[in-house]
Amino acid sequence: MSRLTEKNLVIAKEIIARYPRSKSALIPLLHLAQEQTGYISRDAMVHLGELVGVTSAEVYGTASFYEMFRFEPIGKYLINICGTMSCALMGAEELMHHAEKRLGVKAGGTTQDGLFTLAHAECQAACTEAPCLQVNYRYRLRVTATDLDNLIDDLQNGKLNDEIPAHGVLSKVRQLIPADRAVGAVDPELVTESPVWLNGKPAL
Amino acid sequence: MSTTYKHAPGFISGDRPKIVTSRFEFEDSYTIERYLATDGYKGLRAALSRPANEIHDDVKSATVLGRGGAGFPAGTKWGLTPQQVWPRYLVVNGDESEPGTYKDRLLMERDPHQLIEGCLIACYAAGLSQCFLYIRGEMAVAQERVAAALNEAYAAGYVGKNILGSKFSVDIILHWGAGAYVVGEETALIESLEGNRGMPRLKPPFFPAVNGLYGQPTIVNNVETLANLPWLLCNGVAAYSAIGTKTSPGTRMVAVSGHVKRPGVFEIVNGTTTFRDLIFGEEFCGGIKNDNKLKAFVPGGGSAPWFTPDQLDLPFEASQVGPAGSMLGSGAVMVMDETTDIPAAALTLTHFYAHESCGKCTPCREGGTWLERILRRIVDGNGTDADLAQLLEVGAMICPGDFPHAANEKLGLSAVPFPYKMTTICFVGPSAFAPVHSALTLFRSEFESRVTKRVTIPVTAVAAMSSVLSNVVHS
Repeated sequence: MSRLTEKNLVIAKEIIARYPRSKSALIPLLHLAQEQTGYISRDAMVHLGELVGVTSAEVYGTASFYEMFRFEPIGKYLINICGTMSCALMGAEELMHHAEKRLGVKAGGTTQDGLFTLAHAECQAACTEAPCLQVNYRYRLRVTATDLDNLIDDLQNGKLNDEIPAHGVLSKVRQLIPADRAVGAVDPELVTESPVWLNGKPAL
Repeated sequence: MSTTYKHAPGFISGDRPKIVTSRFEFEDSYTIERYLATDGYKGLRAALSRPANEIHDDVKSATVLGRGGAGFPAGTKWGLTPQQVWPRYLVVNGDESEPGTYKDRLLMERDPHQLIEGCLIACYAAGLSQCFLYIRGEMAVAQERVAAALNEAYAAGYVGKNILGSKFSVDIILHWGAGAYVVGEETALIESLEGNRGMPRLKPPFFPAVNGLYGQPTIVNNVETLANLPWLLCNGVAAYSAIGTKTSPGTRMVAVSGHVKRPGVFEIVNGTTTFRDLIFGEEFCGGIKNDNKLKAFVPGGGSAPWFTPDQLDLPFEASQVGPAGSMLGSGAVMVMDETTDIPAAALTLTHFYAHESCGKCTPCREGGTWLERILRRIVDGNGTDADLAQLLEVGAMICPGDFPHAANEKLGLSAVPFPYKMTTICFVGPSAFAPVHSALTLFRSEFESRVTKRVTIPVTAVAAMSSVLSNVVHS
């Protein structure tokens, strides 16, 4: 049972309505499914296919292209250590070795208690703060071996529960478009006229 | 003189003109209260009180250059849409993932309202009916900040139906990715936004301005480009052009990382600031770490051919960096000091591009992987001298013709200017070769000392041996 829950279904339908074509909502909906179960199950993909009007194979086709989507359970905390140029110059490899030793798993592996998954990552756009890592996509910058040990301790003791949600939850804030303010999706099948404000006059 | 802020990690302020980072000093810079207290949404109001075509003309005459990598003027891009084809869309490229680049994330996390206002001005000026703001999947905090800012802006009447009580109505839809570098390419971004695998489209016919999202004219602009517009509208074209040079006006954000004393993100004056200022200037990075010597630097993100200390005095001006054999790209300088293992450094970048290849074009999918394998063999000490030639041969398949590289008189290299010649649809393939080519042409001895020399037998010796052998066989 990992089709979208009633609550998430309402959110999903609201997201779909924002786009001129439903399939555009697929990546946000896959994130919603991953938020619900921590990974994307087959049932979820079937459900999303029904919602946006494509086959579940097409849903998998899209989902499997993107690295953030997981198709089997992983640890509660995904630790991504960046290894691209700037981080590599500043000691990312040593940091990874330390993490592997501390957690007792190789990069790509999950600890036995199901708490941590360790992974190599590519450039995370924090190059001046190298070496950096992300825990469930929340940054830790200029990380030393001691910082990493403390981070793992804090995660184990639940000290960071407020900041870092379980894997799958990405943005904790959702965009909400009030019905009375929404313009609605601009569908190329329905709209063929130039926008009203392009009449050579000021709009205000 | 220079200040760092705890709440904006990496950003280093200074006594320079500020266009996009003016609010970074405030800890609450991302809230609508702070934004409104610091001239927020004044640019939008100024725009809406004039006809849309005048705003478009302003952006054109200010020559607001695209900050995503190619440096194409935004006003000109908006003008490429075909006449009388409606609706048109705006897609904001917030999929920042070029190695070394760190600026759009800061702009989204620290000043999301500025970006929203920029989107609104662009939609008004170019007649774009719906805006999709695509943020990279891995940037959870940027997504939160932009979502919260959009919610505030909708509630306050700045986004949505009849903005500020005018005839101008547009929705901004927050969209987010799921981890794929290639999606930063504009046609791949559109594919991803349509819910597909993020593979680039063939151009022509799919130039987004003509045939983009849902087959409609679509403008794809970078986050930093749009963030320039509110200031431009508030202060006017003359004030904008007064900063920087004629061909590169305004400022740009540059991240300097790697072996420098004080790595950071700076808003610099475009066109006049040189790489020497950036790397050695006291108000910027303050020199190389541990006072080591500078060996090489990447001037514009992982895809750019490398420069050596010979090119330090080049300014941040595309018309000079291009002919010198590289590009300014996305404003990312990566510095390598004398202790750097050059083949290993090239390997990390080549690994990145090989890993991020979408697999659509064979030269990139296969070639990138082979470049990585051969390079790894060399770095691990298992390479032979034939591997060096093989690297160049494989690279030549991805980029037929002369590959751009920086001039270096000492090595007898004359610059082959950017851009690449390609056998692939997008730049990911040639980018995999850029670091290999630069490293191998500029620092060949470091590769040669790593590989085993094969002993070649002279042709005469082979002939002699074969006659001996044939005698043995016949007798």
